[in-house]
Amino acid sequence: MFFEHTTADLFFYYSFNFIAHMKKIVLGLFLITGLTAATIAQNSEGRIIPSVDVKTIDGKTFNTGKIANDGKPMIIDFWATWCKPCKKELDAISEVYADWQKETGVKLIAISIDEARSSAKVGPDAKTHGWNYEIYIDENSDFKRAMNVGEVVPHVFIVNGKGEIVWHHEGFVDGGEDHIYEILKKVAAGEKITE
Amino acid sequence: MRKIYLKSITLTAFITAVLYSNSSVAQLNLNPNNLNLGEVHGNFEANAQYYIPDSTIGAAEVPEKMLVNGYANIIYTKGKFTAGIRYESYLNGLQGYPSGFKGTGIPYRFATYKADELEVTVGSFYEQFGNGLTIRCYEQRSLGLDNALDGIRLKYKPFKGVYLKGLVGKQRSFFTTGPGLVRGFDGEIQLNEAFAKLADKKTVITLGGSFVSKFQTDADPTLVLPQNVGNSAGRFSITRNNFQMNGEYAYKINDPSQDNGFNYKYGDAILLQANYAVKGFAISLNGSRIDNMSFRSDRTAQLTNLLINYVPALSKQHTYSLLAFYPYASQARGEIEYSTEVKYKIKKETALGGKYGTEITINYSGANSLDTTRIKGEDRGHLGYTSNYLGVGKEVYFRDLYIEITKKINKTWKGSLIYAHQIYNKSIIQKPGSPSIHSNIVVADITYKLKPTSALRLELQNLQTKQDHQDWAYVLLEYTINENWFIAAGDQYNYGNEHVKERYHYYLVNVGYAKKANRITLSYGKQREGIFCVGGVCRNVPASNGFSLSITSSF
Repeated sequence: MFFEHTTADLFFYYSFNFIAHMKKIVLGLFLITGLTAATIAQNSEGRIIPSVDVKTIDGKTFNTGKIANDGKPMIIDFWATWCKPCKKELDAISEVYADWQKETGVKLIAISIDEARSSAKVGPDAKTHGWNYEIYIDENSDFKRAMNVGEVVPHVFIVNGKGEIVWHHEGFVDGGEDHIYEILKKVAAGEKITE
Repeated sequence: MRKIYLKSITLTAFITAVLYSNSSVAQLNLNPNNLNLGEVHGNFEANAQYYIPDSTIGAAEVPEKMLVNGYANIIYTKGKFTAGIRYESYLNGLQGYPSGFKGTGIPYRFATYKADELEVTVGSFYEQFGNGLTIRCYEQRSLGLDNALDGIRLKYKPFKGVYLKGLVGKQRSFFTTGPGLVRGFDGEIQLNEAFAKLADKKTVITLGGSFVSKFQTDADPTLVLPQNVGNSAGRFSITRNNFQMNGEYAYKINDPSQDNGFNYKYGDAILLQANYAVKGFAISLNGSRIDNMSFRSDRTAQLTNLLINYVPALSKQHTYSLLAFYPYASQARGEIEYSTEVKYKIKKETALGGKYGTEITINYSGANSLDTTRIKGEDRGHLGYTSNYLGVGKEVYFRDLYIEITKKINKTWKGSLIYAHQIYNKSIIQKPGSPSIHSNIVVADITYKLKPTSALRLELQNLQTKQDHQDWAYVLLEYTINENWFIAAGDQYNYGNEHVKERYHYYLVNVGYAKKANRITLSYGKQREGIFCVGGVCRNVPASNGFSLSITSSF
């Protein structure tokens, strides 16, 4: 609405055909600039964690830009209290979490995408399951969107010591935690993840 | 529409400028490590369906034969700057999807600049204040709901622990925006962060307040309608050790609309939630009272269109198909809702706990009408009714008693057993004049692990009711071949239908492939006509028969 009544506005008002062409050009330009940027961004191993406000279980605001683990790897796991495979995955990791921490120094950050409807159950759920994770609530999916998580949860990301996202995976099958561990060991050893 | 083009042009110009400014630097310094042109990421989703008519189950003929919904998000980030677009295509929109989704376009595009204390967003954005009682803009793609705002939003942190947000915009309605303006302000103070004295206290307190106003011109020939309608709310959250409590109260001035039959009564809502949790045990209590709280940026909008606020349903969210057969949706017109949940994990190495422990969940939730009295005789204020604040209406909207036991027996076997009893007031939730449905549901979910990443999973479900279409059975067998491949086959069978001829089978076969963040699912089968709800919003899905293909990918 900040374009209201400008000369450009009037110009475009009378040239709809031109606009139709412009639309394609604009989209093309956007994609080209985007792709160029993507190619050049290959220098780093992956993108850094976007900074978005989420909530802690006790209702404080927390910015995801502050997610860190002293130069050691991290797992970011998107889940919900109503999502069975998500809880299976977090349970499976929980059983071996102490070993993983000892081997790789990893920290798991569990991001619940529960809405206001069920977000009050996130803390109780995590406690009854005995999860020793860092837990945040992303009630309106702001972090989920910024991380490009689609309609499927669980969605797991592995972040290297430099804070770069080097691997991600959608969905969980029984035993899937072993694969996560393989990747994690490589990341902890400073190896590049190619898959 | 021209505004959309203009904005995208401006956006592109901005990005190009940012990129060029860097390229010139790059020419001076050819060390590739110093090159930082930012990053591009995104995701893609496409759902296609090929329809085969089937008159027995009521699957109508689709003239196009095949319908496809597609979405692509592209987000560009460079330091403190982020911009993004979403391309959407409905060629044509899938059956049962709101019919306004037609054609292609870029209905979502934004640019955000974030400097430590200040964040500015122009273009499309999603937002929620508190629990959403005053405003919640979000995307629920499965329902065809997207009420994103198009406008300006500022977020500002003037002091430690103080968070302010202000916004103005118009809401998305398919490929255009609705007629109303939405303005909002939200403030929150986290006391322990704001006051150094409280920093180490065990009690953590956060207070907040919001105000949202909508403007829509009054062109009604007979009624004098309020053009500006304000909705304000206050909230708190207290945590101490294992105990937590939060609540919110919202008050909306008179807001005559199609949803409330153009009454001039104020609206209000209260939501209270408390829980206590320790390792292995948790109890939570939730309650709400909603009265005339429908709030849309167009008085005549219906279904999922132009909703400004969000009234959370408190009932348990189910994922097993027969448990979610009759789903509750919160009633913004008026309701009293409550939910209690107890979770208990029986310890490992005990008689009942076994080697791995046993988890028990009991949930009881319900909703009733408000205790209202219709105004008899002259109702000069067009208020319609009065409601007794502390009373509970007699009409049952919903009940759900849910008991679940989950147990891992050994390394190869694990499973869940669920019993639920539900009462569903179809007349209120779905279709006036329908009977209330009382159902008993049993679910068994058993997993047998074959190899480290290969498993068989069997779901057995049974729903028994004397109303609606009577009894149903559901069997699903899922075979996870390895981490990448799965195959599943299921049949939903209306074996108890009193009309013997209508005892249909709804079978479905799925094959899925997933690797990293790419997922492809192909399925063939029949889908029964049903209602699909999330929160307070529902979508009717018509019966269908045919192939469907779904592809998701993120990069």
